[in-house]
Amino acid sequence: MGAVVLQGCNGEYPQSALHPSSDFATRLDDLFTQIVWWAAGVFVIVEGALIYTIIRFRARPGAPRPKEVHGHIAMEIGWTLAPALILVAIAIPTIQTIFIVDRPTTDEDALVIEAIGRQWWWEFRYPELGIVTANEAHVPVGRTVDLRLRSADVLHSFWVPRLGGKRDLVPGHENQLWFKPDSVGVFWGQCAEYCGTAHALMGTRVIVDEPADFDAWVALNQGSAVALTDPQSRAGRGVFMANACVSCHAVRGSAAVGQFGPDLTHFGGRLTLGAGILENTRENVIRWLDSTQHIKPGSLMPDVELSDEQLEQLAAYLLALR
Amino acid sequence: MTASEHALDNGDAGVHEGLYAGGIWSWVTTVDHKRIGILYFLTSLVFLLVAGVEGQLLRLQLARPENRFLDPDLYNQLFTMHGTTMVFFAGMPLIVAFFNFVVPLQIGARDVAFPRLNALSYWLFLFAGLFLYSSVPLRAMPDGGWFAYMPLTSSEYSPGLGMDFYVLSLLLAGIGTIAGGVNFFVTILNMRAPGMRFMRLPLFTWMALIVSVLILLAFPPFTVGLVFMMFDRSFGTHFFDAAAGADPVLWQHLFWVFGHPEVYILILPAFGVVSDVIPAFSRKSLFGYPVVVFSGILIAFLGFGVWVHHMFSVGLGPVVNAVFGGATMLIAIPTGIKIFNWIATMWGGQIRFNTPMLFAIGLVGSFTIGGLSGVMHASPPADLQQTDTYFVVAHFHYVLIGGTVFGLFSGLYYWFPKATGRMLSEALGKAHFWLTFIAFNVTFFPMHFSGLLGMPRRTFTYAEGLGLDVFNLISTIGAFMFTFAFIPLFLNLWRAWRKGEPAGANPWDAPTLEWTVSSPPPHYNFAVIPTVDRRDPLWHPHIEVGLGWAGEVEPGGVSPRVQPKEPPEPVHMPDPSYWPLVMGIGMLVMTAGALGSLGVVLLGLAVTMLGLFGWAFEPSESGAH
Repeated sequence: MGAVVLQGCNGEYPQSALHPSSDFATRLDDLFTQIVWWAAGVFVIVEGALIYTIIRFRARPGAPRPKEVHGHIAMEIGWTLAPALILVAIAIPTIQTIFIVDRPTTDEDALVIEAIGRQWWWEFRYPELGIVTANEAHVPVGRTVDLRLRSADVLHSFWVPRLGGKRDLVPGHENQLWFKPDSVGVFWGQCAEYCGTAHALMGTRVIVDEPADFDAWVALNQGSAVALTDPQSRAGRGVFMANACVSCHAVRGSAAVGQFGPDLTHFGGRLTLGAGILENTRENVIRWLDSTQHIKPGSLMPDVELSDEQLEQLAAYLLALR
Repeated sequence: MTASEHALDNGDAGVHEGLYAGGIWSWVTTVDHKRIGILYFLTSLVFLLVAGVEGQLLRLQLARPENRFLDPDLYNQLFTMHGTTMVFFAGMPLIVAFFNFVVPLQIGARDVAFPRLNALSYWLFLFAGLFLYSSVPLRAMPDGGWFAYMPLTSSEYSPGLGMDFYVLSLLLAGIGTIAGGVNFFVTILNMRAPGMRFMRLPLFTWMALIVSVLILLAFPPFTVGLVFMMFDRSFGTHFFDAAAGADPVLWQHLFWVFGHPEVYILILPAFGVVSDVIPAFSRKSLFGYPVVVFSGILIAFLGFGVWVHHMFSVGLGPVVNAVFGGATMLIAIPTGIKIFNWIATMWGGQIRFNTPMLFAIGLVGSFTIGGLSGVMHASPPADLQQTDTYFVVAHFHYVLIGGTVFGLFSGLYYWFPKATGRMLSEALGKAHFWLTFIAFNVTFFPMHFSGLLGMPRRTFTYAEGLGLDVFNLISTIGAFMFTFAFIPLFLNLWRAWRKGEPAGANPWDAPTLEWTVSSPPPHYNFAVIPTVDRRDPLWHPHIEVGLGWAGEVEPGGVSPRVQPKEPPEPVHMPDPSYWPLVMGIGMLVMTAGALGSLGVVLLGLAVTMLGLFGWAFEPSESGAH
């Protein structure tokens, strides 16, 4: 019934399963809507019969003992067959949909993206384009995305409701999920399989671009880190290289080649930080660097002891990495 | 015959006589199924309250977005403990409490088949619960969820003792549960009174029989999974280790091939209660008795073929998902049949809205909602959006509260007079029902929306930008109302125990055997083992009934209709025994030792063996068996 009640609230619910924006999510939503209507009908009939019965047959003083009726074979057959027929009506589109959504995409033009779940962030790799990024995937509108899902540690589940249903990331398996976005925008998602302390803070964004914007993003992200122009960010680079940052993070074109944490080569171009939990602004970057464990308890990034000046410089550097 | 005549015939045993006489030692050594039932009830009520407070804390944390009332680790521990406690230490033992008290009385038996084993089951339940909660003062609460998915629960990702407490306490509790399943299976098969054929059994006893079979078939795979997990965690094996070539999904299969039948273990007894309560308060026998029985059997049977519906997002492929989705939908048919037969039972009746009936009607209405949302995620593609969201949280709380808890409340109000000899207040009972019914819906109905709009489960917080603030706040307000809804219940129990109206043998004019004995029943239940020649034997002196027909027969029903005050000949009853307690303590010590001390394990083993031998060679004080 949610689909009915909440139609038209598009936009207020960035992570809603009821506002599909891809072929895949639309198929799930259409099927769900069909089932909701059947359920609503059954609900009205059953609850109506229940309420009518208890009102009509409430005990009245002095009434004779009720006549015993112990069963009725035709009625039993009736209320066995009626639900069975409804279930057939639900099962047919269900099975048709299963054999579309549970199979790999057949679109040969699909954009392949590897999504690797880690405690508690997402790595996205574009093997055909040579791009590695974290937590935010850019995709072009109108082109099928072929996600290859893997886990680096425990179970996770990739879920961007407006684009696709959930699919788990299972150690030792590669799972697939595909969708063709039908409108541009920023689509929210988050891990949907409990994965430990910061499970709630393992968000992601899929940014659906116009093809030209996507091509520009690709061109930018295929390259190494941009050259730094101002002294503040150069000083920040010094802080970055001199601290533990480099043991986990990579910035292509620099000496930082850590593989454990998110690739930061184009960090400044991202909308969010901390796996979709904070807007990527200067103030938030400083807060994050200053108190990671407070903002995201359990995060595998330790708190780093830095002076206020160093924090300013480091934030300037990271945001310059566009 | 009216209720008051029954009361006169049987006399009114006061609450402090008979069943409740004797000191602590008499309770520690008791093997009386009624007393064990009361122990189960009181203990699981405590666990219910503890787990309820845990749920309340979760809701408090989620009252507003980005709240920092609980830190994530504590939140994760609390939802793990909430689920584990509710399922294993509140829900199941509450059901077993009713099995214990009611089943022998309904079948005309004097006790269960294995009274001392019954006591052992209780002790293992109590000790396993205490063991699990000993993790609280040790600051080592499990935090892997009640479903404990590998590899998050492996020693690599969950070091420390938390998940060991989970594994070991459930292994210990599982032994008691399986023993209980054996006990009730054998009791119902072998100890029915003469004439109590299967198709004359009260529905509650029928469901107890089915649930016993479910326990016997569902707990072994879970036990295997727990042992594998213990070996992986403690001894470095690789049953679930992908890096070693094994598959962590194996745990999910072992867990859910138990976990789904577990849902029916929790719901079928509630269906049994309302299948007894609705006829009693409609003054009309159950409509379609054989159909209701066989639909219960069918639910249990199908329940073993649907476990993958908990795993539709795992990526097992279209064929697997189609088969399990279809099988899951099939379950809606027998469930619907039950609901239609309950309504048909009320149709044409004279419905009395006493508190047991209110909760029974509440179950029919609420469970229907849970059943319909269940059909929604029986469809695997639809479930890809619903699984692991609050939509599922809403669904199973409609099933487990709207179904199990409402059914058990109905049973509590129905059989409390039998258990204590005292009547509960109808005014307080109605207040309890309406508060509970409203609070339950206010708490859980909004979760359908928060789930579909993007709220995943097991998250200690949610972003402000998701637009889920209002739904979550309403759920939290409902949860507070739910807590307050328990006040009239406890007032009622306390008041009735102190000064409730005497109940008499059959205060509801109900048709089954437990209402032929005094309230509370004597130690031996039946002074004379009754003989039964029809279903609902206290009601139909002139008819025998089948499906769709009712024929005139010789007057009869149950003989004797009124139990004599004293047994005409000496009754042999099992003697009290402390050996089950000794054995239970031994097994608790072994379990605690398994946290890391071989010496303690061996000590526990020695005590267990001592208990076993003491038990085996215990002389009977009252002569030969």
